[in-house]
Amino acid sequence: MNEVKLMKGNEAMAEAAIRAGCDAYFGYPITPQSEVLEYLAREMPKHNRVVMQAESELASINMVYGAAGAGFRTMTSSSSPGISLMLEGISYMAGAEVPCLIVNVNRAGPGLGTIQPGQGDYFQATKGGGHGDYRLIVLAPNSVQEMADFVYLGFDLAEKYRNPVMILSDGAIGQMMEKVQFPDYTIPLADKSWATTGKPTSRKRNYITSLHIQPEKMEEHNHHLEEKFNRMRNEEVRYEEVNTEDADYLLVSYGLTARICQKAMDLAREKGMKVGLFRPITLFPFPYQRLKELAGNMKMMMSVELNSGQMVEDVRLATEGKVPVTFYGRMGGMIPTPEEIVQQLENRIYVTTNNN
Amino acid sequence: MSLLTTTDHLIAEESTVACPERAFELVYQRPQTLVDTNMHYCPGCAHSLMHKLIMEVVDELGIQETTVGVAPVGCSVFAYDYMDIDMQQAPHGRACAVATGIKRLMPDHYVFTYQGDGDLAAIGIAETLHAINRGENILIVFMNNAVYGMTSGQMAPTTLMGMKTTTSPGGRTVSYHGSPIKMAELIAPLDGAVYVTRQSVYNANAVRKTKKALLNAFKFQQQHQGTSFIEIIGNCPSNWRMTPLEANKFIEEEMLKTYPLGDIKTPGALSVK
Repeated sequence: MNEVKLMKGNEAMAEAAIRAGCDAYFGYPITPQSEVLEYLAREMPKHNRVVMQAESELASINMVYGAAGAGFRTMTSSSSPGISLMLEGISYMAGAEVPCLIVNVNRAGPGLGTIQPGQGDYFQATKGGGHGDYRLIVLAPNSVQEMADFVYLGFDLAEKYRNPVMILSDGAIGQMMEKVQFPDYTIPLADKSWATTGKPTSRKRNYITSLHIQPEKMEEHNHHLEEKFNRMRNEEVRYEEVNTEDADYLLVSYGLTARICQKAMDLAREKGMKVGLFRPITLFPFPYQRLKELAGNMKMMMSVELNSGQMVEDVRLATEGKVPVTFYGRMGGMIPTPEEIVQQLENRIYVTTNNN
Repeated sequence: MSLLTTTDHLIAEESTVACPERAFELVYQRPQTLVDTNMHYCPGCAHSLMHKLIMEVVDELGIQETTVGVAPVGCSVFAYDYMDIDMQQAPHGRACAVATGIKRLMPDHYVFTYQGDGDLAAIGIAETLHAINRGENILIVFMNNAVYGMTSGQMAPTTLMGMKTTTSPGGRTVSYHGSPIKMAELIAPLDGAVYVTRQSVYNANAVRKTKKALLNAFKFQQQHQGTSFIEIIGNCPSNWRMTPLEANKFIEEEMLKTYPLGDIKTPGALSVK
């Protein structure tokens, strides 16, 4: 059961979905994540589960809405342009409190962009993305192992909060091969009394809707959702920190770039620079509190991302001006080397030191 | 009976006075699965009648426990307020995709969508065609009243030639807007469509035929035959700027010229007109 396997990130995620009791997967091909649909099209029927190639991402997410609304463990996956198409459905599901798992294997954009990895969907994933006030729990894996682990966690959190959960990965993590182990797992009991399974005489009818036409009712519902998002903020923050005890400089990074930063940190330490690494695992809820605590001990923080500077805004919000927060990013599917990150860190140390 | 309306009660009382020996006999009542509440629909609107007919069929087949409906965006978005069954409200146009998700996970349940012309024939035509092409074993009830009702009278893909709407103030023209889309004829050739019919509810006879069509569709679904598609030529007295009677007359005299009634496809027999 717990043997070590060598798998692609996308395939590990798909295999984890089967082991996590995913009842149905609906998807549409898009690079760099088509392996998920291909893997599940081959494997799901062996377990009598539903897998379908929809006519579009619009259809995929709405098939998810239907199946998840009927109380089944349901997921979809896509990459950036496809996720944009799904935002309507995601907003409806958040509004109607329908749990599901959505995976975004982020590629570089905007527009059709390129099929190479990117982190340009950070804002879209963490600030709502679609219309209206809502949030998703966003999990950011940095390895093939976490691609698998977060599928189980994602389903559990989705059902716990009756809210969609997103795994925000990228083209590199999705495509790379690494060793992975699938844990023993039992589906936690979740209340599904709200699901549209057909109305017996013993209960009132269930209906799933995000419509509250009376402003008073709508605001009441908004408050209810916000209370839930606050509960996530209080209970679901996850992060990893390395060498923060003695660090003067902190690299803040998630997913693929966090791995590169780990190597950069080691190189910098060899050079005698006291560098630590902070890796948010939940991008929503973002670990504001822990970063705020760390701010007092640092001389500078540098957020490293595959975009033009998105998470860095949350790092600045967290640290409340207590420490200089700088940014280094690559875009267009380009990936920084560890040496490049050390060089950029040294440049910023020089600038901030001389400015002070 | 508390189910009688106020007027029924008065009439019943009169007859009681005239014939004191006659006991009341219940010959007609609200379907059990139609929620006893005021509807938000305008007077004379076909939606309320269609809701009642669907619920009558659910009652007669005894399938309340195994039926799930999907409501669209549009006037009938509140269908779940009136139908005492489990329901999901779908994003605009996506009802057939939502229904696919429900049905694929619960293949022995009865699943139907209830969609207007903007929802089904404009924004949702891709989801509609593909669900039918896959032969999803669902019923699609397509309410065609040639106009966007809830947003107050804009042009629909099904708006008749020359018809004036708030967004075709000079009347619909072929050269500028194209011709009305005939959904039933469009989808009938798809292999997944098992039963395609166009009906209406503008008079008692049409209502009877529509109910028969609904019974057929649920029967085909029970037999896992494929997609049933019932197009209903409805009305919109408010946005047509007509009285309910004028609106029903307009259906008979104008709408049916473009949208003739009858079966277009029955199991094993395709007859596209």
